[in-house]
Amino acid sequence: MNLARRLAIIVSAAAALVILGAAMEDARGVNDAAITGEGYPATLSEFHLFTDMATRAPAARVTPYTLNTPLFSDYAEKQRYLYVPGGKAAAYDPDKVIDLPVGSALVKTFGYQQAGRFKALETRLLLHRASGWVAIPYVWNADGTDAVLKRAGTRIPVTFTDPSGTIRTISYSVPNQNQCKDCHALSGAVTPIGPKIRNLNDGKQLQALLKAGMLDRLPTDAPRLARWDDAAAPLADRARAYLETNCAHCHNPNGAASNSGLYLDWHQADLNARGILKHPVAAGRGSGSNEFDIDPGHPERSILIFRMESADPGIAMPELGRATVHAEAIDLLTRWIAEMPPAGTPADIGVKATRN
Amino acid sequence: MKPILPFAALAIIASPALAKTITVAPGPDAQSRLQGALIEAAPGDVIEIGAGRFDLTDGLSLDVNKVIVRGAGPDKTVLSFKGQLGAGEGLLVTSDDVVLRGFAVEDSKGDGIKTKGADRIVYKNVRVEWTGGPKETNGAYGIYPVESSDVLIDSVIVKGASDAGIYVGQSKRIIVRNSRAEGNVAGIEIENSRNADVYGNTATHNTGGILVFDLPNLPVMGGGDIRVFKNMVVDNDTPNFAPKGNIVATVPTGTGVLVMANDNVHVFDNDLSGNGTANVMIISYPKAFTDKRYNPLPRGIAVGGNRHGKAGFAPQLPGGAQLAAAFGGSLPPILWDGSGDKAGLAVTDKVTVLGLGLALAAPPETAKPAPVDLSTGTAMPQPARVVLPEAMEAAAR
Repeated sequence: MNLARRLAIIVSAAAALVILGAAMEDARGVNDAAITGEGYPATLSEFHLFTDMATRAPAARVTPYTLNTPLFSDYAEKQRYLYVPGGKAAAYDPDKVIDLPVGSALVKTFGYQQAGRFKALETRLLLHRASGWVAIPYVWNADGTDAVLKRAGTRIPVTFTDPSGTIRTISYSVPNQNQCKDCHALSGAVTPIGPKIRNLNDGKQLQALLKAGMLDRLPTDAPRLARWDDAAAPLADRARAYLETNCAHCHNPNGAASNSGLYLDWHQADLNARGILKHPVAAGRGSGSNEFDIDPGHPERSILIFRMESADPGIAMPELGRATVHAEAIDLLTRWIAEMPPAGTPADIGVKATRN
Repeated sequence: MKPILPFAALAIIASPALAKTITVAPGPDAQSRLQGALIEAAPGDVIEIGAGRFDLTDGLSLDVNKVIVRGAGPDKTVLSFKGQLGAGEGLLVTSDDVVLRGFAVEDSKGDGIKTKGADRIVYKNVRVEWTGGPKETNGAYGIYPVESSDVLIDSVIVKGASDAGIYVGQSKRIIVRNSRAEGNVAGIEIENSRNADVYGNTATHNTGGILVFDLPNLPVMGGGDIRVFKNMVVDNDTPNFAPKGNIVATVPTGTGVLVMANDNVHVFDNDLSGNGTANVMIISYPKAFTDKRYNPLPRGIAVGGNRHGKAGFAPQLPGGAQLAAAFGGSLPPILWDGSGDKAGLAVTDKVTVLGLGLALAAPPETAKPAPVDLSTGTAMPQPARVVLPEAMEAAAR
């Protein structure tokens, strides 16, 4: 046998092995023990969430989902998947994140378009174990064949083109495990943030989850969060949807920013707590020398806008995961605040405050 | 050998057989090695940070109960955040029974060390400093325990905070002692907190030395039962460099001890001198508010047995210069804005008290300044000494 033929046989045998390997992966499905067990697997591939790591094709029951209004993360693209173990379903709750049973996982891969294709940087997992949820970051290797555990986080230099066509170079931050918890903690326990019924409710995907047996019920009056970028939706709904998704995980009475007294969750009825004519408490130079978080009619005097416009870690909000200014969202919130009747005018919204 | 856990409520799953010491030395990759140690620590562990300078790019955080983070000393182990790219503080602690001792945090972009919901926290021999001196671009708070019970701050040094050097907010059972706050806007600030003993500290060259505030619209309300004693509050003469909008931006340069709102605050046995506006100020919250739970007035405030050096020689108040001239060059060392029930204020220091005769939230231009006698009022009985768990005191020895 000449060398070329020998090589060909070796190569095809290897290819067969690879195909067989993939088939075995398929048959095995998701590695439930890795999700519910103790400890943190060293590589993402150990979870068998994807049948093929290089293409990140999801395994059975690993279901893609989108959010009406997602968290902004430096213009990163995100691929989100929801996994509910066989025979179980998430419980519908109109107000909260869907109640996912033990053994469930949320999988979120962050990346950017590079030379025309999506390049994965990191995948964050939220795993529902018997002891509660755990959050773990995995960072993809250079050739995109697997991702490794990075509990202490890391930084990755990235160059990408933003929606306006501007080329940006940033130090992309992969959060450490504590930073995952900073955002994902409610009363000190890790919890998912994104997949709330109202944020999943796009008229299609909840129905699909119900049909697949992954959701226990779906009333016809399920609430629906506006898309922040839906020009047809009311401005206030879009603005508050953006604040809900980008701020309220910390800015709620049980979140990391509880001591600020600024609560940007959808349900907050107290206008002062929502920032209207609210003095800052511990903003420091984050105040930008402004008196109020939101000064109705005056976005240029509103701390909320000032902090969104900054990328300085001593000023910027959110505190984590943002090295880039989200210009499109600032436009939206600026218009929203500008349209509010100024304090002291006949149509003002009734919060009193003094200016220095 | 199982460690004996003094806190029955401490739920530790798979507790380690023996506490271990994790050593982190300076050098390349310090960020991930140090953060990794803080994440992988188990309750009972000691994280020993070696002598040297650690150049960090991101805030550090600890979320494990019962961990000691120990450096080689506040001048030897330096965590530098000059190159910080992310996170709102240098070090964030969100777990209980943590001891921080013997290291420095320098030049963090936001707050220096924040400990939130961290009960039984001990700070000992820690330094937080912005090395370029007082600047508006410095972080807001140096040492920042908030929403915590049982807080011990002992022998720390804080310099250059653009809000407060040592700031304790929305907490209960607090001791701040033997510490030095220099060149901050507020040296030491106790805000919306209950049961605090502040003693043996030096607050100097700040805008205001020691502030006791109670503010509206916060989750934790009702500040009071606070003792400020045996402190040196001298030469607080740094022009206010806080960004506007923050409550401390309204503190006049040359303020010694300032009590705003609160009930049952006792200021005694302090050395007060060189504070150009006043050695002591008792005032109400000056802004409008909507919070029905909030009382903006100072109630049951006692000031006595203090030693007053010169004060009021450069009052940063509207019309202060003319007023000082009318008093022969200097204002009296104690100022009261005139709000609240005089009968509940007891100022027994043998110095003149200047009343400003201001109605609640009235503009300062409407002041009717005149000496006032507050020595006949009755404050509340002095609050009991703050006693912290012995394990905390032991950790601070």
